[in-house]
Parts: sequence; C-alpha cells; structure tokens
Amino acid sequence: MIFVSICVGSSCHLKGSMQLVELFENKIKEEKLEDSVILSGSFCFGKCNRVGVTISIGDGTNEEVFSGITPESFSNFWTEKVLKKIKECEA
Amino acid sequence: MSIRKFDTKVQHLKYKVLREVAKQAWNDTLYDNLLEIPKIIVPGNKPTMRCCVYKERAILEERIKIAMGGDKNFSNPIEVIDIACDECPVGGYEVTNACRGCLAHRCEDVCKFGAISFDHNYVAHIDKDKCKECGACAKVCPYSAIVIRRRPCENACKVKAISMDENKAAKINDEKCISCGACVYQCPFGAIMDKSYILNVIDLIKNQEHGDYKLYCVVAPSISSQFIYAKLGQVISGIKQLGFHTVVEAALGADMVSASESRELAEKGFLTSSCCPAFVDFIEKNFPQMKQYISHNLSPMATIAKYIKKTTPNAKIVFIGPCTAKKAEIQKESVKPYVDAVLTFEELQALFDSRDIDITTLDEDVLDNASYFGRIFARSGGLTDAIAQALKEQGLDKDFIFKPCSCDGIEACKLALLKKSKGVLDANFIEGMACIGGCIGGAGCLTHGEKNKAEVDKYGKEAMEKTISEAIKIL
Repeated sequence: MIFVSICVGSSCHLKGSMQLVELFENKIKEEKLEDSVILSGSFCFGKCNRVGVTISIGDGTNEEVFSGITPESFSNFWTEKVLKKIKECEA
Repeated sequence: MSIRKFDTKVQHLKYKVLREVAKQAWNDTLYDNLLEIPKIIVPGNKPTMRCCVYKERAILEERIKIAMGGDKNFSNPIEVIDIACDECPVGGYEVTNACRGCLAHRCEDVCKFGAISFDHNYVAHIDKDKCKECGACAKVCPYSAIVIRRRPCENACKVKAISMDENKAAKINDEKCISCGACVYQCPFGAIMDKSYILNVIDLIKNQEHGDYKLYCVVAPSISSQFIYAKLGQVISGIKQLGFHTVVEAALGADMVSASESRELAEKGFLTSSCCPAFVDFIEKNFPQMKQYISHNLSPMATIAKYIKKTTPNAKIVFIGPCTAKKAEIQKESVKPYVDAVLTFEELQALFDSRDIDITTLDEDVLDNASYFGRIFARSGGLTDAIAQALKEQGLDKDFIFKPCSCDGIEACKLALLKKSKGVLDANFIEGMACIGGCIGGAGCLTHGEKNKAEVDKYGKEAMEKTISEAIKIL
C-alpha cells in the first residue's frame, strides 16, 4: 500500500490541486486500486512552484516529494511514479 | 505606530505592552529587562492616564504579567487588574441636577412600579427598592435628566458574570463567565484583559529551527475584515515572515463541519451549533439539560487542526482569530491535542511590530483553501447558510425540513435556548454566536466596523470553490 498526499495548501490549491484530486480518484477507481493507494490532502511541503502542484508518495516509512505536477503531466506521473511505487511495494 | 489600527486607546496601550514583551522575548532579554518595561512604555514623570506615573507603571506591571500568560492558577483567560479598575459608580438609574421640577411628570406616569416621587421643589427621586431598571423614565424625560449609572463591564456582560468585590473593584465569577471578552473590549480603563499566549508562540517559532516540527498557522475567516490598512495577501506574507511554515484557513475546517454537522442534524432532528466556544460554554453552564443537543463536531479551528496533525504528525498549530474564548477552548481535553496556542488579531499586530514587519511593504501571498460557505462562518447567519447548503449538496433536504434559528449575540442565544427548554422554539437548529455580528464582533478584533460583514462576504465570494463538497473533496 502506498500513501499519496496531494498538497491542498493555498498556492497549490490555486494551481489546480482539486483537478489532480479528481484525476487521482478517477484513475484509482478505473484501475481498481482502492486497496493499494491511500489519498490524502496536505498543507504545503515548502516547495511551492511557479507551475503545478506538489505531491508526495510514501510507503509508510519513506516519502518522496515531487513538485510541478499538472493535469497535463498527470498520466506520465501516474505510470512513472505511482504505478512504479505500487509495484515496488508489492514486490 | 498609528492609533488608527485600533478602535480604542485601551487596545493601543495593551498592544504597546504586548509588543514590548514580544520584542524583549525575541532578543532573549525579557527576564533581564522585565522591570524596565513599564518605564519604556511610560517614560518621564508626567502622567497621561492616571494620577501619577507610579500608578501608571504599577498597572503596566500587571498588564505585563497578563501579556506573559497571566495567573496560571486560573484557567479563565479573562482576568481583572484590580488596581486598574476605576471603581465606576453602580447606582443604577439616578435623577441628575438637570431635573427642572417640571409639571408634566412624564417620568412618574411611565413608571409601572411606582418608583418615582417628588420633593418640595417638584424634583423627581427614584426609590431604589421599587426601581426595576427598565429605563422608561430616562427615555421620556424631556431634559434627559435621568441617567443610568452602570459599569460598562457589567453592562457588556450579558451573562451576568461581573460583580463588585469588597473593594468595589470588578470581579469575575468564573462559574458564569464564558470568556467572550465583551468586558475586555468595553472597559474604558482597560482593567480587564485577556491572557496572552504570545510568549508561547514566540517559543514555538524559535524552537522550530532546531525542533523536529513545522509550525502551521490556522487563521479565522474574520481576518478578511481586519488589517484593513493592508491587503490580506500581505498579512499572510507577514505571518510567514514571522516564521510560520504556512497558513491554512480555518474556513476549510468550517466546510468540514458544515458537511458533517448537516448529517448529524438530519439524523438527530435537533441540534445547536458547536463552533462558538463561548456559546457552548454558555449552554454547559446555564442549560446543562441541553448539552445533549450540542453538535458533536469540533469547532472549525479544531477540526482543521486535527486534520493537519493527522496528515502531518510533526505539525504544531497556532490559531489566530478574533476570539478570546478560543483561549479557553484549547484547554479542553478534546481540543488540547490539536491546537498548541491561540493569538488574537490584536496580538498578531503586536507580533508583527515587535519584529518591525511593516506588512504594507510586503508582497501579496495567497490564501485559498475553503469555499464561500466556510468563509462566511465569520459573520452571524453564515453558519446557517452553510448548513442549508450542505444539506442540499448531500441530498438531505428532501426528507428533512431545515428550520434554523440564527442567534446574533449571547442574549439572542439565551432566548432561543430558553424557548427550546420550554418546548416552544419553532426551529430545529440553533446557530449560536456569542458576539454581536458573529466572529467579526469578537473582542480580539483590531477594529469593529459597519463594513466588516460586507468584507467577509466579499472574501467569501473570492473563494475558488463554490460548493462545500468541492472544497473538502480530499479531506
């Protein structure tokens, strides 16, 4: 199981965190990954970017923070980071 | 520092004390210079407020104590400085020498209690044993010769927690006091103050550097009506410049509360709100049989703080708002784990200036977490609007007819609770706000103005999220 925390702090919120929340929710449903991904909100990782949203992916012990995620880069982020992490954890 | 930042000179004086205490604390010189602070604030030998500078300084010493947290033996955040109390007259209605001994005797006619009589000069007198202090005589006197002599603190205290001690100084009955701060704001001599957590906050900021936590500021939506000399975004920048990691809207907690409170209401059929700590305290102290009806939700402040601590275990949280009763709320076992300290807007101003942060020169940062509905919690009636919206959004408005009674001020709250306890209240929801106007009328506000409600509504409309469910999607 992995923990995805999407920043909903003011800066990210204005740059579209809610859109990303929706994309995540849809994707999780689509791929039936409800038991593998826990979504939550977080307030400011201190990496506010000019574009995009900050998201952290963790396995309960370690956490990796990515910034600048946009709805456009989402599908890439999903396969490259999220799915990969799920596989790592299951392995 | 210009006075226009506050409503009264009493607030300004309190601010000067807080600012100086904070300044010394930042420099780690507070305990070295403690005895010098009164002289720093009242220099020279000409008094400007009291009989002599020595009394002024003696009172300042007491103000400093309260700025440093006050008497730890009492949990009530509201404290009387007995030597600052001017022992105002308490005679009730009195006829002054403006009475001309006229023929009309309207005062006598209007008095239902037969309390008015006349002497041989036809001048009116009030029999204190008969007078019920209704004020009718004062209203009809063509010379305005009848006045009420009531202490401003007692007058402000609608829960009747203030009386006189044996030395005629004001005394607070903690069994009745709801810590709303009305007396703090109304006492013209500044003899009642709210204890400050400003030193705790400075410690939290300082220790953050080598501590293993991040300091979050949860800010009340009434901030939109405050710091009117600057932009809201500049206030946010200022808070971050003080050393806070980030700022989160308590209004997002309000969105979360509306969603779950509306469900609780539809399920139980009758509820009172639980957002205003003074209102909750009032029910607990005066209508214990109604405790069962208080919403089980934590306040918006505590709700969002709980969420932040759940998702960020190393967070520490300071709430900044207009409210003195919040200082009591965070001492409750149910809230203590989530909120580490409370500051008022007055104290935030002092904190800015103790660091020489002129917020008008700062860039504008952003503050956007909540919906319109969460934000309008800051004014009376907003919570009711939010519950109506949340019922609608969750499709609960079909089977449940929402009949709200929104109570503006503690007297209105009392009336509604009284009616409910007698079974004659035609409503199934009581929105209780202890301060007139809601939180924008709070005692810890810098200024109280006609436009404050409009400012809150304007800020509400600027929210990116238009519905409650959108705002709390992930939470």
